[in-house]
Amino acid sequence: MTKTIVPIGPYHPLQEEPEFFTLTVEGEKIVAIDVRVGYNHRGIEKLSEKKTYDQSCFVVERICGICSTSHPFAFVQAVEDIAQIQIPERAQYIRTIIGEGERIHSHLLWLGLAGHFLGYNTVYMWAWKLREEILDVMEILSGNRNNYGMFKPGGVRRDIKAEDIPTVIKKIDSIVPTVEMLKKAVMDDPVLQARTKGVGILTKEAAMDFSALGPTARASGVRRDVRKDSPYAAYDRVQWDMIVLQNGDVFDKLVLRVLELFQSIKIMKECLLTLPPGEIDARLKTVPPGEGIGQHEAPRGECFHYVRSDGTNRPVRHKIRAPTFMNLPTYKATVVNQTISDATIILAAIDPCYCCTERVAVLDTKGTKIFSGGDLVRLSQEKTNRIRKEMGAC
Amino acid sequence: MTREEILNDLKNRFKDDILEVVDKTPKRVYIEIKPESLKKVALYIFKELKGRFNIASGMDERFHMEILYHFAVEDINLIISLRVKLQKNHLEIESLAPHFEAVNWIERELNEMLGINFKGHPDLRRLLLPENWPEGVYPLRRDYKEWDPNAIRDRGVS
Repeated sequence: MTKTIVPIGPYHPLQEEPEFFTLTVEGEKIVAIDVRVGYNHRGIEKLSEKKTYDQSCFVVERICGICSTSHPFAFVQAVEDIAQIQIPERAQYIRTIIGEGERIHSHLLWLGLAGHFLGYNTVYMWAWKLREEILDVMEILSGNRNNYGMFKPGGVRRDIKAEDIPTVIKKIDSIVPTVEMLKKAVMDDPVLQARTKGVGILTKEAAMDFSALGPTARASGVRRDVRKDSPYAAYDRVQWDMIVLQNGDVFDKLVLRVLELFQSIKIMKECLLTLPPGEIDARLKTVPPGEGIGQHEAPRGECFHYVRSDGTNRPVRHKIRAPTFMNLPTYKATVVNQTISDATIILAAIDPCYCCTERVAVLDTKGTKIFSGGDLVRLSQEKTNRIRKEMGAC
Repeated sequence: MTREEILNDLKNRFKDDILEVVDKTPKRVYIEIKPESLKKVALYIFKELKGRFNIASGMDERFHMEILYHFAVEDINLIISLRVKLQKNHLEIESLAPHFEAVNWIERELNEMLGINFKGHPDLRRLLLPENWPEGVYPLRRDYKEWDPNAIRDRGVS
Protein backbone atom coordinates (compact mmCIF):
# COMPACT_ATOMS: atom_id res chain seq x y z
CA MET A 1 0.00 0.00 0.00
CA THR A 2 1.24 3.53 -0.78
CA LYS A 3 2.28 5.63 2.16
CA THR A 4 0.88 9.13 2.57
CA ILE A 5 2.35 11.91 4.66
CA VAL A 6 -0.11 13.86 6.82
CA PRO A 7 1.29 17.09 8.24
CA ILE A 8 -0.72 18.41 11.18
CA GLY A 9 -0.71 21.98 12.35
CA PRO A 10 1.48 24.74 10.98
CA TYR A 11 1.94 27.63 13.28
CA HIS A 12 -0.12 30.49 14.54
CA PRO A 13 1.55 33.25 16.55
CA LEU A 14 -1.61 34.12 18.48
CA GLN A 15 -1.93 30.77 20.17
CA GLU A 16 0.63 29.27 22.44
CA GLU A 17 2.51 26.02 22.11
CA PRO A 18 2.27 25.50 18.36
CA GLU A 19 3.29 22.05 17.23
CA PHE A 20 3.73 20.42 13.87
CA PHE A 21 2.90 16.75 13.50
CA THR A 22 3.81 14.67 10.50
CA LEU A 23 1.69 11.55 10.33
CA THR A 24 2.57 8.87 7.83
CA VAL A 25 -0.55 6.90 6.92
CA GLU A 26 -1.35 3.79 4.94
CA GLY A 27 -4.95 4.25 3.89
CA GLU A 28 -6.70 5.08 7.17
CA LYS A 29 -4.01 3.67 9.45
CA ILE A 30 -1.24 5.77 10.96
CA VAL A 31 2.12 4.02 10.66
CA ALA A 32 4.54 6.69 11.92
CA ILE A 33 4.50 10.07 13.64
CA ASP A 34 7.00 12.85 14.03
CA VAL A 35 6.60 16.02 16.08
CA ARG A 36 8.28 19.38 15.50
CA VAL A 37 8.09 21.98 18.29
CA GLY A 38 9.80 25.29 18.97
CA TYR A 39 7.85 27.61 16.68
CA ASN A 40 7.21 30.04 19.48
CA HIS A 41 10.38 29.56 21.50
CA ARG A 42 10.62 32.73 23.60
CA GLY A 43 13.92 32.13 25.39
CA ILE A 44 12.37 32.65 28.82
CA GLU A 45 15.17 30.71 30.55
CA LYS A 46 17.70 33.19 29.19
CA LEU A 47 15.42 36.15 29.87
CA SER A 48 14.99 35.07 33.48
CA GLU A 49 18.75 35.37 34.05
CA LYS A 50 18.39 39.09 33.36
CA LYS A 51 15.49 39.63 35.78
CA THR A 52 15.35 39.81 39.55
CA TYR A 53 13.62 37.04 41.47
CA ASP A 54 10.49 39.16 41.87
CA GLN A 55 10.38 40.01 38.17
CA SER A 56 11.03 36.41 37.13
CA CYS A 57 7.92 35.42 39.00
CA PHE A 58 5.84 37.54 36.61
CA VAL A 59 7.81 36.37 33.57
CA VAL A 60 7.21 32.68 34.28
CA GLU A 61 3.51 33.36 34.93
CA ARG A 62 3.29 34.23 31.23
CA ILE A 63 4.68 30.91 30.00
CA CYS A 64 1.19 29.41 29.80
CA GLY A 65 -2.06 31.31 29.53
CA ILE A 66 -4.26 28.50 30.80
CA CYS A 67 -2.31 27.18 33.76
CA SER A 68 -0.65 30.49 34.51
CA THR A 69 -0.08 29.91 38.22
CA SER A 70 1.75 26.58 37.80
CA HIS A 71 5.09 28.07 36.83
CA PRO A 72 5.26 30.74 39.58
CA PHE A 73 4.19 28.01 42.04
CA ALA A 74 7.18 25.84 41.08
CA PHE A 75 9.53 28.82 40.73
CA VAL A 76 8.87 30.31 44.18
CA GLN A 77 9.40 26.89 45.73
CA ALA A 78 12.76 26.59 43.96
CA VAL A 79 13.82 29.97 45.37
CA GLU A 80 12.56 28.99 48.82
CA ASP A 81 14.53 25.75 48.49
CA ILE A 82 17.72 27.79 48.00
CA ALA A 83 16.96 30.14 50.88
CA GLN A 84 15.63 27.33 53.12
CA ILE A 85 12.82 29.42 54.55
CA GLN A 86 9.43 28.37 55.85
CA ILE A 87 6.54 30.37 54.52
CA PRO A 88 3.54 31.28 56.74
CA GLU A 89 0.75 28.72 56.97
CA ARG A 90 -1.89 31.10 55.68
CA ALA A 91 0.17 31.73 52.54
CA GLN A 92 0.46 27.97 51.98
CA TYR A 93 -3.32 27.61 52.15
CA ILE A 94 -3.87 30.51 49.76
CA ARG A 95 -1.38 28.98 47.31
CA THR A 96 -3.28 25.69 47.46
CA ILE A 97 -6.61 27.42 46.82
CA ILE A 98 -5.26 29.23 43.75
CA GLY A 99 -3.57 26.07 42.46
CA GLU A 100 -6.76 24.02 42.72
CA GLY A 101 -9.00 26.72 41.26
CA GLU A 102 -6.74 26.68 38.25
CA ARG A 103 -6.93 22.90 37.98
CA ILE A 104 -10.74 23.05 37.95
CA HIS A 105 -10.94 25.60 35.14
CA SER A 106 -8.17 23.92 33.15
CA HIS A 107 -9.83 20.49 33.32
CA LEU A 108 -13.19 22.03 32.36
CA LEU A 109 -11.57 23.71 29.38
CA TRP A 110 -10.13 20.39 28.23
CA LEU A 111 -13.41 18.57 28.81
CA GLY A 112 -15.25 21.09 26.65
CA LEU A 113 -12.78 20.83 23.80
CA ALA A 114 -12.67 17.03 23.97
CA GLY A 115 -16.48 17.12 23.69
CA HIS A 116 -16.22 19.40 20.66
CA PHE A 117 -13.72 17.14 18.89
CA LEU A 118 -15.94 14.14 19.46
CA GLY A 119 -19.07 15.89 18.21
CA TYR A 120 -20.63 16.59 21.61
CA ASN A 121 -21.14 20.31 21.36
CA THR A 122 -23.54 20.34 24.30
CA VAL A 123 -20.75 19.10 26.59
CA TYR A 124 -18.55 21.83 25.12
CA MET A 125 -21.08 24.56 25.96
CA TRP A 126 -21.87 23.23 29.44
CA ALA A 127 -18.23 22.78 30.42
CA TRP A 128 -17.26 26.28 29.30
CA LYS A 129 -20.27 27.79 31.05
CA LEU A 130 -19.11 26.15 34.29
CA ARG A 131 -15.59 27.40 33.68
CA GLU A 132 -16.92 30.97 33.77
CA GLU A 133 -18.10 30.45 37.36
CA ILE A 134 -14.61 29.37 38.39
CA LEU A 135 -13.02 32.30 36.57
CA ASP A 136 -15.37 34.56 38.55
CA VAL A 137 -14.16 32.89 41.74
CA MET A 138 -10.55 33.51 40.72
CA GLU A 139 -11.39 37.13 40.05
CA ILE A 140 -12.89 37.52 43.53
CA LEU A 141 -9.83 35.88 45.12
CA SER A 142 -7.01 37.42 43.11
CA GLY A 143 -8.47 40.32 41.14
CA ASN A 144 -7.79 38.60 37.82
CA ARG A 145 -9.56 35.96 35.78
CA ASN A 146 -6.19 34.65 34.71
CA ASN A 147 -2.50 35.55 35.26
CA TYR A 148 -3.31 36.02 38.93
CA GLY A 149 -0.02 37.57 40.06
CA MET A 150 -0.53 36.05 43.52
CA PHE A 151 2.85 34.43 44.03
CA LYS A 152 6.12 35.84 45.31
CA PRO A 153 9.15 34.12 46.79
CA GLY A 154 8.35 33.89 50.49
CA GLY A 155 4.58 34.04 50.35
CA VAL A 156 1.65 35.48 48.44
CA ARG A 157 0.92 39.03 47.35
CA ARG A 158 -2.72 39.28 48.27
CA ASP A 159 -4.78 38.08 51.20
CA ILE A 160 -8.21 36.45 50.95
CA LYS A 161 -10.85 38.56 52.68
CA ALA A 162 -13.06 36.77 55.21
CA GLU A 163 -16.21 38.36 53.77
CA ASP A 164 -15.48 36.90 50.31
CA ILE A 165 -15.31 33.31 51.49
CA PRO A 166 -19.11 32.61 51.72
CA THR A 167 -19.66 33.99 48.18
CA VAL A 168 -16.79 31.89 46.83
CA ILE A 169 -18.02 28.70 48.50
CA LYS A 170 -21.54 29.31 47.18
CA LYS A 171 -20.19 29.70 43.66
CA ILE A 172 -18.06 26.56 43.91
CA ASP A 173 -21.03 24.57 45.27
CA SER A 174 -23.19 25.80 42.41
CA ILE A 175 -21.10 23.96 39.81
CA VAL A 176 -21.20 20.59 41.58
CA PRO A 177 -24.64 19.40 40.26
CA THR A 178 -23.65 20.18 36.66
CA VAL A 179 -20.29 18.43 37.05
CA GLU A 180 -22.26 15.43 38.39
CA MET A 181 -24.40 15.61 35.27
CA LEU A 182 -21.33 15.74 33.04
CA LYS A 183 -19.88 12.77 34.89
CA LYS A 184 -23.06 10.74 34.24
CA ALA A 185 -23.07 11.88 30.60
CA VAL A 186 -19.51 10.62 30.18
CA MET A 187 -19.85 7.37 32.13
CA ASP A 188 -23.22 6.22 30.80
CA ASP A 189 -23.06 7.19 27.15
CA PRO A 190 -22.57 4.05 25.03
CA VAL A 191 -21.58 6.07 21.94
CA LEU A 192 -18.86 7.93 23.81
CA GLN A 193 -17.57 4.65 25.18
CA ALA A 194 -17.51 3.07 21.73
CA ARG A 195 -15.64 6.12 20.46
CA THR A 196 -12.96 6.42 23.15
CA LYS A 197 -12.52 3.03 24.87
CA GLY A 198 -9.43 1.18 23.69
CA VAL A 199 -8.37 4.18 21.61
CA GLY A 200 -4.82 5.54 21.94
CA ILE A 201 -3.71 3.29 24.77
CA LEU A 202 -0.60 4.29 26.72
CA THR A 203 0.57 1.22 28.62
CA LYS A 204 1.95 1.46 32.14
CA GLU A 205 5.40 0.37 30.91
CA ALA A 206 5.40 3.06 28.22
CA ALA A 207 4.25 5.69 30.74
CA MET A 208 7.22 4.77 32.96
CA ASP A 209 9.64 4.74 30.02
CA PHE A 210 8.55 8.19 28.83
CA SER A 211 8.38 9.43 32.46
CA ALA A 212 4.86 10.64 31.65
CA LEU A 213 3.26 13.00 34.12
CA GLY A 214 -0.05 14.01 35.63
CA PRO A 215 -3.36 12.69 34.25
CA THR A 216 -1.52 11.08 31.32
CA ALA A 217 0.39 8.81 33.72
CA ARG A 218 -2.40 8.35 36.27
CA ALA A 219 -4.82 7.10 33.59
CA SER A 220 -2.26 4.38 32.79
CA GLY A 221 -2.14 3.01 36.33
CA VAL A 222 0.94 4.91 37.52
CA ARG A 223 0.51 6.32 41.05
CA ARG A 224 2.29 9.60 40.45
CA ASP A 225 1.27 12.96 41.84
CA VAL A 226 3.69 15.47 43.33
CA ARG A 227 0.97 16.63 45.72
CA LYS A 228 1.05 13.17 47.37
CA ASP A 229 4.64 12.05 46.63
CA SER A 230 6.31 15.19 47.88
CA PRO A 231 3.67 17.22 49.72
CA TYR A 232 4.04 21.00 49.62
CA ALA A 233 1.82 24.01 50.40
CA ALA A 234 -1.24 22.67 52.29
CA TYR A 235 -1.76 19.44 50.33
CA ASP A 236 -0.80 17.22 53.26
CA ARG A 237 -3.16 19.04 55.62
CA VAL A 238 -6.41 18.39 53.75
CA GLN A 239 -8.16 15.13 52.94
CA TRP A 240 -8.24 14.09 49.31
CA ASP A 241 -7.64 11.04 47.13
CA MET A 242 -5.34 10.51 44.18
CA ILE A 243 -7.40 9.21 41.25
CA VAL A 244 -5.68 6.39 39.37
CA LEU A 245 -7.24 4.46 36.47
CA GLN A 246 -5.82 1.43 34.70
CA ASN A 247 -6.52 1.31 30.96
CA GLY A 248 -4.58 4.30 29.65
CA ASP A 249 -7.01 4.96 26.78
CA VAL A 250 -8.77 8.21 25.89
CA PHE A 251 -11.83 7.18 27.91
CA ASP A 252 -9.82 6.77 31.10
CA LYS A 253 -8.10 10.11 30.58
CA LEU A 254 -11.53 11.69 30.15
CA VAL A 255 -13.01 10.05 33.25
CA LEU A 256 -9.90 10.78 35.30
CA ARG A 257 -10.13 14.50 34.67
CA VAL A 258 -13.83 14.56 35.55
CA LEU A 259 -13.17 12.70 38.80
CA GLU A 260 -10.26 15.02 39.62
CA LEU A 261 -12.64 17.96 39.39
CA PHE A 262 -14.46 16.66 42.49
CA GLN A 263 -11.19 16.26 44.40
CA SER A 264 -10.10 19.78 43.49
CA ILE A 265 -13.45 21.20 44.59
CA LYS A 266 -13.05 19.29 47.88
CA ILE A 267 -9.50 20.59 48.47
CA MET A 268 -10.46 24.15 47.59
CA LYS A 269 -13.49 24.17 49.90
CA GLU A 270 -11.65 22.61 52.82
CA CYS A 271 -8.80 25.11 52.49
CA LEU A 272 -11.23 28.03 52.38
CA LEU A 273 -13.12 26.78 55.46
CA THR A 274 -10.00 26.06 57.54
CA LEU A 275 -7.90 29.03 56.37
CA PRO A 276 -5.60 29.75 59.34
CA PRO A 277 -5.08 33.38 60.45
CA GLY A 278 -1.74 35.13 60.35
CA GLU A 279 0.89 36.58 58.05
CA ILE A 280 0.96 35.93 54.31
CA ASP A 281 4.58 36.81 53.59
CA ALA A 282 7.88 35.61 55.10
CA ARG A 283 9.63 38.74 53.72
CA LEU A 284 12.46 37.06 51.90
CA LYS A 285 15.12 39.76 51.57
CA THR A 286 18.13 38.08 49.97
CA VAL A 287 18.67 34.78 48.22
CA PRO A 288 21.94 33.14 49.32
CA PRO A 289 24.24 31.38 46.80
CA GLY A 290 23.20 27.84 46.06
CA GLU A 291 20.82 25.79 43.99
CA GLY A 292 17.21 24.76 44.44
CA ILE A 293 14.46 22.73 42.86
CA GLY A 294 10.75 23.49 42.87
CA GLN A 295 7.95 21.16 41.81
CA HIS A 296 4.24 21.72 41.42
CA GLU A 297 1.56 19.35 40.16
CA ALA A 298 0.02 21.50 37.43
CA PRO A 299 -3.25 20.39 35.74
CA ARG A 300 -1.17 18.59 33.08
CA GLY A 301 1.48 17.14 35.41
CA GLU A 302 4.57 18.18 37.29
CA CYS A 303 6.14 21.57 36.57
CA PHE A 304 9.83 21.49 37.38
CA HIS A 305 12.06 24.51 38.01
CA TYR A 306 15.77 24.44 38.79
CA VAL A 307 17.32 27.71 39.96
CA ARG A 308 20.98 28.48 40.64
CA SER A 309 21.85 31.57 42.63
CA ASP A 310 25.20 33.31 43.09
CA GLY A 311 23.98 35.53 45.91
CA THR A 312 22.95 38.47 43.74
CA ASN A 313 19.33 39.43 43.12
CA ARG A 314 19.16 37.51 39.83
CA PRO A 315 19.41 33.78 39.10
CA VAL A 316 22.49 32.65 37.16
CA ARG A 317 20.61 29.69 35.72
CA HIS A 318 16.89 28.99 35.60
CA LYS A 319 15.79 25.73 34.00
CA ILE A 320 12.08 25.37 33.32
CA ARG A 321 10.46 22.06 32.40
CA ALA A 322 6.74 22.17 31.59
CA PRO A 323 4.75 18.92 31.85
CA THR A 324 3.96 18.78 28.12
CA PHE A 325 7.68 18.41 27.41
CA MET A 326 7.49 14.92 28.94
CA ASN A 327 3.93 14.08 27.83
CA LEU A 328 4.20 15.11 24.19
CA PRO A 329 6.67 12.37 23.12
CA THR A 330 4.17 9.70 24.29
CA TYR A 331 2.40 10.27 20.96
CA LYS A 332 4.97 7.89 19.53
CA ALA A 333 3.41 5.13 21.61
CA THR A 334 -0.27 6.09 21.38
CA VAL A 335 -0.95 7.26 17.82
CA VAL A 336 0.72 4.53 15.76
CA ASN A 337 -1.72 1.88 14.44
CA GLN A 338 -4.75 4.10 15.08
CA THR A 339 -6.96 5.62 12.39
CA ILE A 340 -6.84 9.23 11.16
CA SER A 341 -10.30 9.99 12.53
CA ASP A 342 -9.03 9.12 16.01
CA ALA A 343 -5.82 11.15 15.67
CA THR A 344 -7.36 14.45 16.81
CA ILE A 345 -8.71 13.09 20.07
CA ILE A 346 -5.58 11.05 20.85
CA LEU A 347 -3.36 14.05 20.20
CA ALA A 348 -5.67 16.06 22.43
CA ALA A 349 -5.91 13.45 25.20
CA ILE A 350 -2.70 14.48 26.95
CA ASP A 351 -4.14 18.01 27.12
CA PRO A 352 -1.54 20.01 25.27
CA CYS A 353 -2.56 23.51 24.35
CA TYR A 354 -5.04 23.23 21.56
CA CYS A 355 -3.74 25.30 18.69
CA CYS A 356 -2.07 22.32 17.02
CA THR A 357 -4.98 19.96 16.76
CA GLU A 358 -7.31 22.66 15.48
CA ARG A 359 -5.21 23.48 12.45
CA VAL A 360 -4.72 20.06 11.03
CA ALA A 361 -4.06 19.59 7.31
CA VAL A 362 -3.94 16.32 5.42
CA LEU A 363 -1.73 16.13 2.33
CA ASP A 364 -0.98 13.32 -0.07
CA THR A 365 2.60 12.48 -1.12
CA LYS A 366 2.67 15.19 -3.79
CA GLY A 367 1.76 17.79 -1.19
CA THR A 368 -1.81 18.22 -2.40
CA LYS A 369 -4.16 19.15 0.38
CA ILE A 370 -6.85 16.57 1.02
CA PHE A 371 -8.35 17.74 4.28
CA SER A 372 -8.06 20.98 6.21
CA GLY A 373 -7.95 21.22 9.99
CA GLY A 374 -11.68 21.77 10.24
CA ASP A 375 -12.21 18.73 8.01
CA LEU A 376 -10.35 16.49 10.44
CA VAL A 377 -12.49 17.65 13.36
CA ARG A 378 -15.52 17.03 11.10
CA LEU A 379 -14.18 13.55 10.28
CA SER A 380 -13.95 12.83 13.99
CA GLN A 381 -17.47 14.14 14.61
CA GLU A 382 -18.86 12.11 11.70
CA LYS A 383 -17.41 8.94 13.12
CA THR A 384 -19.27 9.58 16.38
CA ASN A 385 -22.50 10.16 14.44
CA ARG A 386 -21.98 6.94 12.50
CA ILE A 387 -21.53 4.96 15.72
CA ARG A 388 -24.55 6.74 17.16
CA LYS A 389 -26.70 5.61 14.19
CA GLU A 390 -25.37 2.06 14.31
CA MET A 391 -26.30 1.84 17.95
CA GLY A 392 -29.71 3.32 17.28
CA ALA A 393 -29.05 6.17 19.65
CA CYS A 394 -30.65 8.80 17.49
CA MET B 1 14.39 0.74 51.45
CA THR B 2 14.63 3.95 53.40
CA ARG B 3 16.35 7.10 52.23
CA GLU B 4 19.54 6.35 54.24
CA GLU B 5 19.73 2.77 52.98
CA ILE B 6 19.37 3.87 49.37
CA LEU B 7 22.05 6.55 49.71
CA ASN B 8 24.49 4.22 51.49
CA ASP B 9 23.85 1.57 48.88
CA LEU B 10 24.55 4.07 46.09
CA LYS B 11 27.77 5.19 47.79
CA ASN B 12 29.01 1.60 48.13
CA ARG B 13 27.87 0.36 44.76
CA PHE B 14 29.42 3.25 42.82
CA LYS B 15 32.29 4.20 45.14
CA ASP B 16 34.73 4.46 42.23
CA ASP B 17 32.34 6.59 40.16
CA ILE B 18 31.16 9.11 42.72
CA LEU B 19 33.27 12.22 43.24
CA GLU B 20 31.15 14.06 45.77
CA VAL B 21 27.83 13.64 47.59
CA VAL B 22 26.05 16.76 48.84
CA ASP B 23 23.18 15.76 51.13
CA LYS B 24 21.53 19.15 50.95
CA THR B 25 18.09 18.72 52.50
CA PRO B 26 15.82 15.75 53.37
CA LYS B 27 14.28 16.05 49.87
CA ARG B 28 17.37 16.87 47.77
CA VAL B 29 20.68 15.11 47.16
CA TYR B 30 23.32 16.20 44.65
CA ILE B 31 25.82 13.54 43.56
CA GLU B 32 28.77 14.43 41.38
CA ILE B 33 29.97 11.54 39.24
CA LYS B 34 32.61 10.94 36.58
CA PRO B 35 31.24 11.60 33.08
CA GLU B 36 32.17 8.09 31.90
CA SER B 37 30.12 6.53 34.72
CA LEU B 38 26.91 8.35 33.84
CA LYS B 39 25.21 5.49 32.02
CA LYS B 40 25.87 2.98 34.80
CA VAL B 41 24.63 5.20 37.63
CA ALA B 42 21.72 6.80 35.77
CA LEU B 43 20.35 3.48 34.52
CA TYR B 44 20.58 2.00 38.02
CA ILE B 45 18.54 4.90 39.44
CA PHE B 46 16.01 4.82 36.59
CA LYS B 47 15.52 1.07 36.26
CA GLU B 48 16.27 -0.40 39.72
CA LEU B 49 15.28 2.43 42.05
CA LYS B 50 12.34 3.34 39.75
CA GLY B 51 13.47 6.95 39.76
CA ARG B 52 11.34 9.11 37.50
CA PHE B 53 13.45 11.19 35.15
CA ASN B 54 12.53 14.83 35.84
CA ILE B 55 14.81 16.56 33.38
CA ALA B 56 18.43 17.41 32.72
CA SER B 57 19.67 20.97 33.09
CA GLY B 58 22.85 22.21 31.50
CA MET B 59 24.93 25.17 32.49
CA ASP B 60 27.94 26.94 31.07
CA GLU B 61 30.34 27.50 33.98
CA ARG B 62 33.58 29.44 33.76
CA PHE B 63 35.94 26.46 33.45
CA HIS B 64 33.65 23.59 32.52
CA MET B 65 30.24 22.67 31.19
CA GLU B 66 27.91 21.09 33.69
CA ILE B 67 24.90 18.83 33.24
CA LEU B 68 22.56 17.87 36.07
CA TYR B 69 20.33 14.83 35.58
CA HIS B 70 17.43 15.04 38.03
CA PHE B 71 15.65 11.87 39.13
CA ALA B 72 12.69 11.79 41.53
CA VAL B 73 12.51 8.64 43.64
CA GLU B 74 8.87 8.97 44.53
CA ASP B 75 8.58 6.29 47.25
CA ILE B 76 11.04 8.06 49.53
CA ASN B 77 10.26 11.63 48.43
CA LEU B 78 13.79 12.41 47.26
CA ILE B 79 15.24 14.08 44.18
CA ILE B 80 18.67 12.74 43.25
CA SER B 81 20.55 15.11 40.95
CA LEU B 82 23.54 13.58 39.17
CA ARG B 83 26.11 16.22 38.41
CA VAL B 84 28.50 15.72 35.50
CA LYS B 85 31.27 18.18 34.63
CA LEU B 86 32.61 18.20 31.08
CA GLN B 87 35.83 19.79 29.91
CA LYS B 88 35.17 22.66 27.52
CA ASN B 89 37.54 21.24 24.91
CA HIS B 90 35.77 17.86 24.94
CA LEU B 91 32.02 18.40 25.12
CA GLU B 92 30.89 14.85 24.64
CA ILE B 93 29.01 12.36 26.79
CA GLU B 94 27.27 9.06 26.21
CA SER B 95 23.60 9.38 25.32
CA LEU B 96 20.98 7.77 27.55
CA ALA B 97 18.27 7.97 24.88
CA PRO B 98 18.83 4.42 23.55
CA HIS B 99 18.02 3.12 27.05
CA PHE B 100 14.90 5.10 27.93
CA GLU B 101 12.70 7.47 25.95
CA ALA B 102 12.32 10.22 28.54
CA VAL B 103 15.78 11.72 27.91
CA ASN B 104 15.39 11.84 24.14
CA TRP B 105 14.11 15.40 23.83
CA ILE B 106 16.21 17.07 26.51
CA GLU B 107 19.42 15.68 24.99
CA ARG B 108 18.39 17.24 21.69
CA GLU B 109 17.73 20.52 23.50
CA LEU B 110 21.09 20.48 25.34
CA ASN B 111 22.82 19.69 22.06
CA GLU B 112 21.47 22.76 20.28
CA MET B 113 21.52 25.15 23.24
CA LEU B 114 24.96 24.35 24.69
CA GLY B 115 26.66 22.35 21.95
CA ILE B 116 27.12 19.12 23.89
CA ASN B 117 27.45 16.02 21.72
CA PHE B 118 25.48 13.00 22.95
CA LYS B 119 27.28 9.93 21.61
CA GLY B 120 24.88 7.30 20.30
CA HIS B 121 21.71 9.41 20.34
CA PRO B 122 19.33 7.92 17.74
CA ASP B 123 17.96 11.21 16.45
CA LEU B 124 20.05 14.27 17.34
CA ARG B 125 18.10 16.79 15.24
CA ARG B 126 17.25 20.28 16.42
CA LEU B 127 14.30 20.52 18.76
CA LEU B 128 13.57 24.19 19.42
CA LEU B 129 15.84 26.35 17.26
CA PRO B 130 14.69 27.28 13.75
CA GLU B 131 16.17 25.88 10.56
CA ASN B 132 17.98 29.10 9.65
CA TRP B 133 19.92 29.24 12.92
CA PRO B 134 23.66 29.00 12.05
CA GLU B 135 25.64 25.89 12.96
CA GLY B 136 27.97 26.26 15.90
CA VAL B 137 26.09 29.15 17.58
CA TYR B 138 24.80 28.09 20.99
CA PRO B 139 22.40 30.54 22.67
CA LEU B 140 22.79 29.39 26.28
CA ARG B 141 26.57 29.70 26.32
CA ARG B 142 28.09 32.60 28.26
CA ASP B 143 30.00 33.84 25.20
CA TYR B 144 26.88 33.99 23.01
CA LYS B 145 26.75 37.09 20.84
CA GLU B 146 23.79 38.12 18.75
CA TRP B 147 24.59 36.98 15.22
CA ASP B 148 21.64 38.38 13.31
CA PRO B 149 21.81 42.18 12.72
CA ASN B 150 18.05 42.32 12.19
CA ALA B 151 17.09 40.33 15.29
CA ILE B 152 14.79 41.81 17.89
CA ARG B 153 15.68 39.19 20.49
CA ASP B 154 17.59 41.69 22.66
CA ARG B 155 14.94 44.35 22.65
CA GLY B 156 13.89 45.29 26.17
CA VAL B 157 16.58 43.12 27.75
CA SER B 158 19.33 45.11 29.38
